[in-house]
Amino acid sequence: MNRRRESPAAWLRRLIARLNGDAAYERFVAHRCAVHPGEPLPSRREFWCGEVERKWRGVNRCC
Amino acid sequence: MKRLFWLAVAALGAYALGGLALHRGESINALWIVVAAVCIYALGFRFYSAWVAARVLAIDPTRATPAERLDNGRDFVPTNRWIVFGHHFAAIAGPGPLIGPTLAAQFGYLPGTLWILVGAVLGGCVQDMTILLLSTRRNGRSLGQMARDELGPVGGAAALTGTLVIMVILIAVLGLVIVNAMKHSPWATATVFATIPIAILVGLYLRNWRPGRVLEGSLIGISLLILAVVGGGWVNASPAIRGWFDYEGLTLAWFVIGYGWCAAILPVWLLLAPRDYLSAFLKLGTIALLAVAILIAQPDIKMPAVTQFIDGSGPVFGGKVFPFVFITIACGAVSGFHALVASGTTPKLIASESDVRLIGYGSMALESFVAIMAMIAATLLDPGVYFAINTAPGIVGGTADAAVATISSWGFPVTVDQMHALAREMGESTLFARTGGAPSLAVGMASIFAGTFGQGLLAIWYHFAIMFEAVFILTTLDAGTRVGRFMLQDTLGNLWKPIGRTSWYPSVLATSSLIVAAWGYFLYIGVIDPNGGVHILWPLFGIANQMLAAIALSVATGIIVKQGKARYAWVTLVPLTWLAIVTTTAAMQKIISDDPRIGFFAAAGDLAAKLAAGTLPPERAAVAPQLIFNQQLDAWLTAFFVVVVWLVIADMLRVSWRALQGKAVLPSSEAPYAPSRSTA
Repeated sequence: MNRRRESPAAWLRRLIARLNGDAAYERFVAHRCAVHPGEPLPSRREFWCGEVERKWRGVNRCC
Repeated sequence: MKRLFWLAVAALGAYALGGLALHRGESINALWIVVAAVCIYALGFRFYSAWVAARVLAIDPTRATPAERLDNGRDFVPTNRWIVFGHHFAAIAGPGPLIGPTLAAQFGYLPGTLWILVGAVLGGCVQDMTILLLSTRRNGRSLGQMARDELGPVGGAAALTGTLVIMVILIAVLGLVIVNAMKHSPWATATVFATIPIAILVGLYLRNWRPGRVLEGSLIGISLLILAVVGGGWVNASPAIRGWFDYEGLTLAWFVIGYGWCAAILPVWLLLAPRDYLSAFLKLGTIALLAVAILIAQPDIKMPAVTQFIDGSGPVFGGKVFPFVFITIACGAVSGFHALVASGTTPKLIASESDVRLIGYGSMALESFVAIMAMIAATLLDPGVYFAINTAPGIVGGTADAAVATISSWGFPVTVDQMHALAREMGESTLFARTGGAPSLAVGMASIFAGTFGQGLLAIWYHFAIMFEAVFILTTLDAGTRVGRFMLQDTLGNLWKPIGRTSWYPSVLATSSLIVAAWGYFLYIGVIDPNGGVHILWPLFGIANQMLAAIALSVATGIIVKQGKARYAWVTLVPLTWLAIVTTTAAMQKIISDDPRIGFFAAAGDLAAKLAAGTLPPERAAVAPQLIFNQQLDAWLTAFFVVVVWLVIADMLRVSWRALQGKAVLPSSEAPYAPSRSTA
């Protein structure tokens, strides 16, 4: 229901942020707060460095 | 109403396809191809993929996906289907679907176009969707793991070696493409070099200045890249500076090898990750722009539907249309490499099994459309110009006069003046013998863009297209080297534990050097080869890629049979059979043909005879021993591919036979059913 009330511009911004990974950290924080509340959280920079390392360990680019 | 709509789509598609197939005459509008392609993809997606999803794969939206069950906020994250579609498409679509069709255009536009359409709808899209679902049901396991779990150790080992070898060949051929595009082109070289500091700057921005702000970083990067394209023109115009960026192919090859080695041992955040963001934005933007431009410009296709080169005498690469068109166009029709992506990152993001159809089948259909656009860009050039750009001096003669005389004698008239005028328009000193596909694609793209957005900027568009290809070729080169290194560390770690520690520096240096040396060798040989190198490396890559597809389809067929759905196994068995026939025929011809333009041993023998007779000019005699050794090595490598493919197929048949007989087979590695919260 919330999504309906969002303006198209805000919806597009949110979509782009999720598409390019800008929203990854917020998402991770939301997840951790919901599932493991009270545990220490990495900073945005620590999270970024860890994610970049993880992402480039497997095949994720093709010919 | 809906039925009427799909009936209309079918009729329109059939009309466009019939028009294409029956057309005889001077030229045909590219819209015919676009319309036929879009209708075929739409029908394939609407009907065939829905049937396969429902009947064969038994997609079940009530079943929780690993993203839902194992959600950790990092790699397992249930994600909106369109966002996964974007990620998956950006991951699978690289330079392959651009280069393959460009080379295959030597047969005319029709053979390649038909294979791209049929291969994708019945083969590639099905493979991608099936592997994606199978991996999703197995918590995102890789193709190699699934092969080991479901077929046994033989399949697993084959998938692993196949992946490693294909990576090496792929990187070498892409390196060669980029070297040929930069050779004696100060503008292209300066622009491509500039992409490296730009990526590093974005890397620092994303890590230190504004951590994780990808959109900001990428927009800054893209603006700088466009500036680099324009700046390359200033470099080219300045007699003092242009000499700094004017290199021989061999020098550039050493640059690429050195770059690959540095990039593989540098931290990912510094170069690879930021360049990948730039490449993804650029890729999606340019592909969309190209589609719009083709619709607006509606260029005429000047290449005949079928050329005389289907008989095997083609100058771009040797070999008859069967089987070589199916080897040359792998990406865009069926690409085994996709199975690695579809069984890696993507399955961990899927929110519901019902999204698998759009993401697996849909992304591949879109990649196939990219291949169609590349075919259009290659065939809208005057055929004479196309052959002048894509044919090596070893085949048409070393001078411009000799080249145009040879090409015109084939019935594709072209003049030296025409080529010089074109080169001048594109801001290059020459376009003769720029083999590899990238320059002719860039000329085609520049003509389309200039036809749509104004004629004045041809040179800028040409170098934009070169930069666009370079950026993701370098990403593939760097990412591929890194993945190869991890795989090597993993394998060698079984022999000696410390080498398996991925962050132990001596191990990193040693394994990275091994991988770089492997592809560097093939790149080096490709550059010193007077026939251009691409005519050897691209078929080798095509065979390797189709081999990987055969492995993936074998795994899929084996699993389908084990699940008791043998009557539907033809869905993967038909493309598998076709690929097995094509790959084996092509490989056998590459090994045993006595035509030196096709057979590796024949070419080695031919060169050895010329060397012994002393008929080679001194500079060619000097490199001849290396070329002879390489041809022999390529023959053995091809034989190895065939053996691997048939081992896996035999293993799949053994497992399927046992399953059909009710004998014991490895148990299914599928994760047990858990209900999804979203549909509960």
